[in-house]
Amino acid sequence: MWECPNYTSQLHPQLRTKMEVLLGFTGKDYTIVAASKAAMRGATILKAADDKTKQLNKHTLMAFSGEAGDTVQFAEYIQANIQLYSMRNDTDLGPSAVASFVRGELARSLRSRKPYTVNLLLGGMDPITNEPHLYWLDYLASLAPLPYAAHGYAQYYCLSILDKHHHPDIDFEQGLKILKMCTDELKRRLPIDFKGMLVKVIDKDGIREIDYDMSKEVLPA
Amino acid sequence: MDALVATYSRPAFEDEGYSSDEHQELIQAKPSLSLNFALPPMRNPSAFLRALTDDHANPSCPIKLAHGTTTLAFRFQGGIIVATDSRASAGDWIASQTVKKVIEINNCLLGTMAGGAADCQYWLGYLGMQCRLHELRHKRRISVAAASKILSNLVYSYKGMGLSMGTMCAGVTPQEGPALYYIDSEGTRLAGNLFCVGSGQTFAYGVLDAEYHYNLSEEEALELGSRSILAATHRDAFSGGFINLYHVKEDGWVKHGFRDTNPIFWKTKLEKGEFSNVTANL
Repeated sequence: MWECPNYTSQLHPQLRTKMEVLLGFTGKDYTIVAASKAAMRGATILKAADDKTKQLNKHTLMAFSGEAGDTVQFAEYIQANIQLYSMRNDTDLGPSAVASFVRGELARSLRSRKPYTVNLLLGGMDPITNEPHLYWLDYLASLAPLPYAAHGYAQYYCLSILDKHHHPDIDFEQGLKILKMCTDELKRRLPIDFKGMLVKVIDKDGIREIDYDMSKEVLPA
Repeated sequence: MDALVATYSRPAFEDEGYSSDEHQELIQAKPSLSLNFALPPMRNPSAFLRALTDDHANPSCPIKLAHGTTTLAFRFQGGIIVATDSRASAGDWIASQTVKKVIEINNCLLGTMAGGAADCQYWLGYLGMQCRLHELRHKRRISVAAASKILSNLVYSYKGMGLSMGTMCAGVTPQEGPALYYIDSEGTRLAGNLFCVGSGQTFAYGVLDAEYHYNLSEEEALELGSRSILAATHRDAFSGGFINLYHVKEDGWVKHGFRDTNPIFWKTKLEKGEFSNVTANL
């Protein structure tokens, strides 16, 4: 038999997972979800324009990080089920219902023989009340509705910034300014290059990706 | 005869400069005599120490070291701001909420404490002593560069033996102006504009980096330092207690209070609308 020991992990798998950036916050009438673009395996960046998000229905977006393989499998499974619901019932699930469903699936998986090791952010806009929503979920099936959230090392750097600068009624321009503060800090202090951020906005018109320039160098003071 | 003369005569200027004892004392990084430590009689004393103190690997270890901190210091147009929290934790236990993590080495030099509380307290105290001796020997105050080097050489001489400290030396001297150094027990010594050290460092960096620039006014700098510590005490379980704030200027440091974080947190939340993820009503 051919064996190729250690074909991936120069970098500890958990460390890699923590290096992946997921960031999100709600504003007055929108939710922003951002994810790093690097797809990493071991000490290699396999892809520099990876999209770690999936659109579940018109007004809900899910960003995911975690163990290789698990992430996309789980995300596609959830996406398929939410789309199936929309087709069968001719109506979309609201963000809170989607969040409950995803949490339920994670909780079920957690008690299975091989649980999904996936961390998630769920951004949504309730199409009826027009209220923005953000949910933080981790692989242990915790679910928390929050005004701002992050996963991995991004938590350590960005939450203190958001604690200070985030307000529930910020408009889109202010939101982008805060996002810039966060991504600049990550560029400045994270030891590896995560290849910039993919930024998506969820508002009453649905989900759109925005041009987000991170090419400018940021250096520690 | 020549040999006999050589034995009993002395060079004319022998008593000038340092005696051989003094010279030894100066070039030796490790302190002598009473400051020599007895080590456990085994091949690898640091592994022995780690086995007894590593709380992470062995939760029932017999010695719990005081760890966990947030300290920061940054240079700006008006001098240096030094700020710390005041919590000491030993494992899961909050050992104290009123620790003085800023050590006043002399009236122009400050040191900060992160890592093992005992290591920092003892060796910064020792550094204070060495700085005073330098002052007496040379009739002028020690530079921050030299003081930080005494400490870094000292901890480097104990490298691998279980010391745990991350400290900053801040001071203003006529030669250097405002100077800031980071020193840790690995032996790293760095000069810089801005450092945060401890388990809450990332949270402090987040707030500090976002609004830091060299031309901050004195009032803005003090507020930013204090707010950065508050951010860390809010998010880091091992930081908390009081905010200890200092400003180092040309003519020495000024203390700006030792203030309880709890009322500051609620004031910040309710008056400025920050920390919007915390609810104010029950």
